[in-house]
Amino acid sequence: MLNFSKIKILLIYLVFFSISIFCLSNFSQLEDYFFKKKINLGLDLQGGSYLLLEVDSTPLQKRHLQSKVIPLKKKLIENKINFENFKIFEKEISFKISKEDRNKFEKIFNSTKNNDINVFLNKYRSFELDFEFLNNKIVINHSRNGIINLNTSAVDQSIEIVRRRIDETGTKESSILRRGNNRILVELPGIKDPERIKELLGKTAQLTFKLVTDGSSEFGNETFVLKDTQEKITVSKRIILTGDNLIDAKPRFDNINQEPIVAFTLNRLGSQRFGQATSKNIGKRIAIILDNEAISAPVIRDSITGGQGTISGNFTFQSATDLALLLRSGALPAPLSVVEERTVGPDLGQDSIEAGVVSLFVGFILVIFFMTFKYRLFGIIANTALISNLLMLLGFLTLIEATLTLPGIAGIILTVGMAVDANVLIFERIKEEIRKESSNTIQAFDSGFKRSIVTILDANITTLIASIILFIFGSGPVKGFAVTLSVGLITTLFSAYYISRHLTSIVVFKNREKKLLI
Amino acid sequence: MSKIYKYNFISKFKTANFISLLLVVASLILIFFKGLNFGIDFKGGTLIELRVDSTNIKISDVRSSFSNLNLGDLNVKEFGKKGDYLIKFEKKKFNNESNIKTIKESIKNKLDSDVNFRRVEEVGPKVSAELLNSGLLAISLALGAMLFYIWVRFEWQFSLGSIIAIFHDVLITIGIFSLLSLEINLSIVAAVLTIVGYSMNDTVVIYDRVRENLSKFSSLKISEIGNNSINETLSRTVITSVTTLLALTSIFVLGGEILKGFSLAMIIGVIIGTYSSIFVAVPILKYLNVSYKSIEKEKN
Repeated sequence: MLNFSKIKILLIYLVFFSISIFCLSNFSQLEDYFFKKKINLGLDLQGGSYLLLEVDSTPLQKRHLQSKVIPLKKKLIENKINFENFKIFEKEISFKISKEDRNKFEKIFNSTKNNDINVFLNKYRSFELDFEFLNNKIVINHSRNGIINLNTSAVDQSIEIVRRRIDETGTKESSILRRGNNRILVELPGIKDPERIKELLGKTAQLTFKLVTDGSSEFGNETFVLKDTQEKITVSKRIILTGDNLIDAKPRFDNINQEPIVAFTLNRLGSQRFGQATSKNIGKRIAIILDNEAISAPVIRDSITGGQGTISGNFTFQSATDLALLLRSGALPAPLSVVEERTVGPDLGQDSIEAGVVSLFVGFILVIFFMTFKYRLFGIIANTALISNLLMLLGFLTLIEATLTLPGIAGIILTVGMAVDANVLIFERIKEEIRKESSNTIQAFDSGFKRSIVTILDANITTLIASIILFIFGSGPVKGFAVTLSVGLITTLFSAYYISRHLTSIVVFKNREKKLLI
Repeated sequence: MSKIYKYNFISKFKTANFISLLLVVASLILIFFKGLNFGIDFKGGTLIELRVDSTNIKISDVRSSFSNLNLGDLNVKEFGKKGDYLIKFEKKKFNNESNIKTIKESIKNKLDSDVNFRRVEEVGPKVSAELLNSGLLAISLALGAMLFYIWVRFEWQFSLGSIIAIFHDVLITIGIFSLLSLEINLSIVAAVLTIVGYSMNDTVVIYDRVRENLSKFSSLKISEIGNNSINETLSRTVITSVTTLLALTSIFVLGGEILKGFSLAMIIGVIIGTYSSIFVAVPILKYLNVSYKSIEKEKN
């Protein structure tokens, strides 16, 4: 165990240097391919905000069910199924049919060919809708996979819009990731107060233009209270235009009374529709509705054909800027709500870094003193192995561009405390071997290494298992702990098995005539 | 094998096991009847760490600045330096968007001072339930994985012994947290998992030696072999615990308020883990009547 070939020695130190050299890249300003890698600081150390957003699937379900009403009724009539009491709720559609028609209905409802009422989702091998038949009543609602499918596509659309909204606020280096079926994780480094961003993300920003009517309309009416004048208005349900047709929106000041307004530009289709609607309805009022709230209802004075328009409504410049931003970045398919928030201010982050570094340094010094005191010469070997272990650990973390968190620093300190264990196991074993065969020191060292290695492996693998499980299940800062602990265990094995063994062999062979005492 | 070992551990087993049993039962009673002080990670709610520069603001002022907000269970305490406060509350109806903004404004107005919000955390009820479940799942999986590893590497008696030792360590650590009403949060789960790893590590070192001695001195009784093995590995056990505790104490004293709970749990766990690998793991081998013969039979 103590004989190292030249090639092996070369290899050991080559591995050591090529990994630990990356420590330096954290301090370098080079844009070199190799040395631009750095350890990232977690949000708890650099300060920033972590937001977990969840898609609210209820409005999605309702809208999706609404889209089924017309084709469903058509299909029922086509197949001569008599139905009555047709009702639509937030999460279900219900109607009454006779018992005899039940099977007929099921056949239509669960047909896999050209079924536009109930689509078969190949990805999940299941239908998007389920139905129940009870007391002559059919109740249709979404299947589990149907809801997952709705959520997934809503998240897909939302991510892009969330990114646009955050970018528009000038926030740099944000990261936006999908989490599960219905969540989006937003990380905003350097953001101390995420309230504005939360406000922007909390709005779906669905803009519609609808005509104000005085009574009957074939599409049905709804009433709103105007936000600016508190006036009650009745609005036709027919949508003239939605925010989808917008290509740009900017905050402006009104030429006449210098009030902040939002100026928008429509795409070609939007311009056409808006032109037609406004020219037909000169003198009438058009309501501008954002997320079920009527902002204002100006009178149409002239037809607007150029695709340019403005929205007024008692805005402050800030609220006009925000509305323009929301309209520019597009509407979210469903409301997003913040289900988890963690914000750390930059000064707390700085304090944590200082506390972490100080405790790492002190812990390190304590362990080094203890080992030197306990093992003298071999203590220095163990300490050299410990330092090289630490350098490799930091180099490795840089190489994989790991994110260092406060618990992660704790993981490094813990590694320092536990790393000497491997050396202690070896030294204690050697001591025993020396006691047994005091005549042959080299032999004793050799078998000391050989016998302890199995134990070292066993002992470290158990801790490694625990930290890998923590990595899989842990979230946020705790994950950082698992990373440093796992990497630390691996570098510990390397430094104990190769570096300290090689250093020991140098000492042993140099002093082969003397009796070595550990 | 005529060597007389320094310490006779066997004679202490009975007393030690009685104490262990007492501690485990007491921990279970505490956990079930006194309960655990779950942090917002697992219970849901809001946590705000703030710093006020003005020296004439008292903790009662901070507390009263929340009085008309109706935030439910409110908890205000000083946190580290003077002027630093940690506020926790549990709002029944969860609505992040309006919550934090109004609270921040209300504190600023009422305290009439510049307030530095150093940390704001809010966890909704759904997320906290998920975090609790995944924490429990992680700990159970870790225990299962340990059991499996030891079962592959050793014989079932060793497997059982080490698992009992781990349960002993984890239960007593959590029991102490319950007794002192210390907060259980995500970092405590990390600590418990590391304790599981550490305790296992410690037990494995002694078990390795027991197994080695069993095949070397097949005629000796298990209690004697256990005692010898403990003695042979004793200085390693102590030294490793000391270095680990040195590092952990450094985190506990200097690592700041956030790491206090984590490092305390680890310190308790390491002490109990070291104790259990000697006084729990080895006696179990004795009670199971492990011998060279029974191990050999197992193998065939």
